[in-house]
Amino acid sequence: MHAIADAFVLAIKMIFTGDPEVYAITARTLEISLSSILIGALLFVPLGCLIYFNNFWGKRTLISIIQTCYSLPTVFVGLLVFLVFSRAGPLGVFGIMFTPQVMVIGQIILIGPIVTGLTISALSGVSPAMRETAISLGASRLQSVWAVLREARFAVLTAIMVGFGRAISEVGLALMVGGNIRGYTRVLTTAISLETGKGEIALSLALGFILVALALIVTVLANRFLRVKEADVAQSRAPTS
Amino acid sequence: MLKVEHLHHSYGKAEILKGIDFGVRQGELFVTIGPTGSGKTTLLRLVGLLEKPTSGCIYFDGYQVNNSEGQRLEIRRRMAMVSQKPAVFNASVYDNVAYGLRIRKERGASLHSRVTNALEIVGLLGYEKRNARTLSGGETQRVAIARAVVIEPELLLLDEPTANLDPISTSHIEKLITDVIKKSNMTVVMSTHDLFQGQRLASRMGVLMGGQMLQTGDPREIFNLPRGRDIAEFVGVENIVAGVIASAAEGIVDIKVDGNAIEAVSSLGVGGEVYACIRPEEITLAKVKEPTSARNIFNGEITRIVLFGPLARIELDCGFPLVALITKRSAEEMSLQTGNRLYASFKATGVHVIGK
Repeated sequence: MHAIADAFVLAIKMIFTGDPEVYAITARTLEISLSSILIGALLFVPLGCLIYFNNFWGKRTLISIIQTCYSLPTVFVGLLVFLVFSRAGPLGVFGIMFTPQVMVIGQIILIGPIVTGLTISALSGVSPAMRETAISLGASRLQSVWAVLREARFAVLTAIMVGFGRAISEVGLALMVGGNIRGYTRVLTTAISLETGKGEIALSLALGFILVALALIVTVLANRFLRVKEADVAQSRAPTS
Repeated sequence: MLKVEHLHHSYGKAEILKGIDFGVRQGELFVTIGPTGSGKTTLLRLVGLLEKPTSGCIYFDGYQVNNSEGQRLEIRRRMAMVSQKPAVFNASVYDNVAYGLRIRKERGASLHSRVTNALEIVGLLGYEKRNARTLSGGETQRVAIARAVVIEPELLLLDEPTANLDPISTSHIEKLITDVIKKSNMTVVMSTHDLFQGQRLASRMGVLMGGQMLQTGDPREIFNLPRGRDIAEFVGVENIVAGVIASAAEGIVDIKVDGNAIEAVSSLGVGGEVYACIRPEEITLAKVKEPTSARNIFNGEITRIVLFGPLARIELDCGFPLVALITKRSAEEMSLQTGNRLYASFKATGVHVIGK
C-alpha cells in the first residue's frame, strides 16, 4: 500500500515538475497510439462497412476469423512485423525497423480485427429499415451507408476506443519492433517494463498512473466530442411544448 | 405516370406477386386494398425501386425502369415512400425531415423554409428539436410523412400508413392525405387492408389478393360490383348465396337457392352457376308482409342480433342465411328479439350476380 501511495505522489510530482523525459515518453506514446488509431479507424471502419454491406461467399467465415483475431497476441504480431521489416525481410529495404513508424504499422495490424469486427457488430445493431428509409428518400448507395454509420455512431466510437485501448496498452509489440530506444521509441509501457526490471517500482507505478490517466482523458474527450455533436438532440429529450 | 406490367416477384420458392398489371394516372390517389399477406408491401417496394422484380416491367413517367443503378437512383429521387412502421433516424425531428433535402444538396434558407413548411403541414411545428425516437406512433408517422412530402415527390408511396395507429391518429393522417396530399399535384399509391379507408381516400382502387390484382376501378364499382366471390367477401358483402339460374328473361334472372328463388338483374343465361351477392344494408326488415316494389321477400327467423355502435346486425334464417344491417334505433322500435319471424325484402337491382 505504501509503495502505491508513494508512486502516486511521485507521479503527481513528475507531472507537475515537468520531468522532460516523462513528458517526452508520454508525448511519444500518445503520438504513436493516436496515429495508429487514426489511420486504423480510417482503414478499418470502411472495411467493416464493406464487409457488412456486401454479400459474398465466405462472409460468415471471414467474420469469425476477424473475431478470433481480437485476441491476437501482441508478441505474435510483433514477430510477424519483425520478420517482414527486418533487414533480411521482404520489406527490409525501407529500413524502418526500430522506428516509431514500424510501431504504428504493428499497432494498426493489431487493432485491425477489433475495429473491423466491432464496426460490423455496430452496423448489425442498426435496423435494416434504417438503410431502406434512407434509400427510399433518395439516398445513393454511399449516402445510405453513411446514414447507417451515423445511426451506429456510438457503437462505432466504442470500436475505435477499444482499438485505442489495445494500442496504448500493448507492450510486446512495442518492445520487439520498437526496441525501447531511449528518446526515440521508448513509450510508457516499455518504460514501465524496463524500470520494473531495474527495480524502480515507484517510477514504474508512476508511469502506470500516467498511462491510465491518459486513457481516461482520451476516452472522456472522445465522449465529449460526441456529446457536443449530439447537443441539439440531447437537450431536446425534454418536451418543448 | 406509373405503369406496371406482368410484375412477378418471388422470395425463394414463395411466389408473392403473380403477374400484376395496373396503371396510375398523374395526380391520382390509387389505393391497393387486400388482406394481410396479399403482397401489397412487396408491390410498393418494387414500385419504390427498393427491390428488383423477378420479372416484369415498371414504367415511370414514360420511362422503363431498367437495372442500371444510376437510372434507378435518378427515378427514386423523384419519389418517396412511407412505410408501415417508419424508422426514424436517431436525430432531431428537424434533421429527420431535412434528410431527403440534404442528400439532394439543398442548403440554407430554402432548406429551412421547406422543412418548416412541411412540419407545419403535419402539425409538428415546435417539435423541431425533439429526438424523433421519443415520439408517439402517430407523431412518428407524421414525421415520416413530412420527411417524404418535403422533397415534393412526383410519386408518393404510402404503405399502410395507419395500420399501427389508434383511431385519432388514423383520422389525423387521413385528413392529412385528403387535405394536403390530394390537393397537391402528387400522384399517390397507397396500400391498406382497411377497405373503408380505401373507400374514403381513393380516386381509384385495386384489389390485391393472393399476389394478383383481381380488380381495379373506382371505389363504388369495387364495392357494388365485385368481380369474384373472394373480392365480394373482402369488400364486406356478407350475403353471398350460391345458386343456379333457373330462368332468364329480359335481363332478369331467377336464381334457385335451396328451394327459394332470388330475382336479380343479370345478363347470364339459364343453368349458370352463380353467386348472388346482397349487401346487408340493402335489406329491409318488416314484421308484417307489406306491399312493396322489392321483388325479393323472404320470411325468416332471427338467429342472432349483434349491436355495434349505432347499428344492429340481424342474422336471419330464411332457408338460407341472410344478414341485414339496420339502425339500432329501428331494431329497438321493432323490439326485435332472437326467434322472431320477420319479412326480409330487397330489390332485384340490389342483387349483384357473379358467375362461378
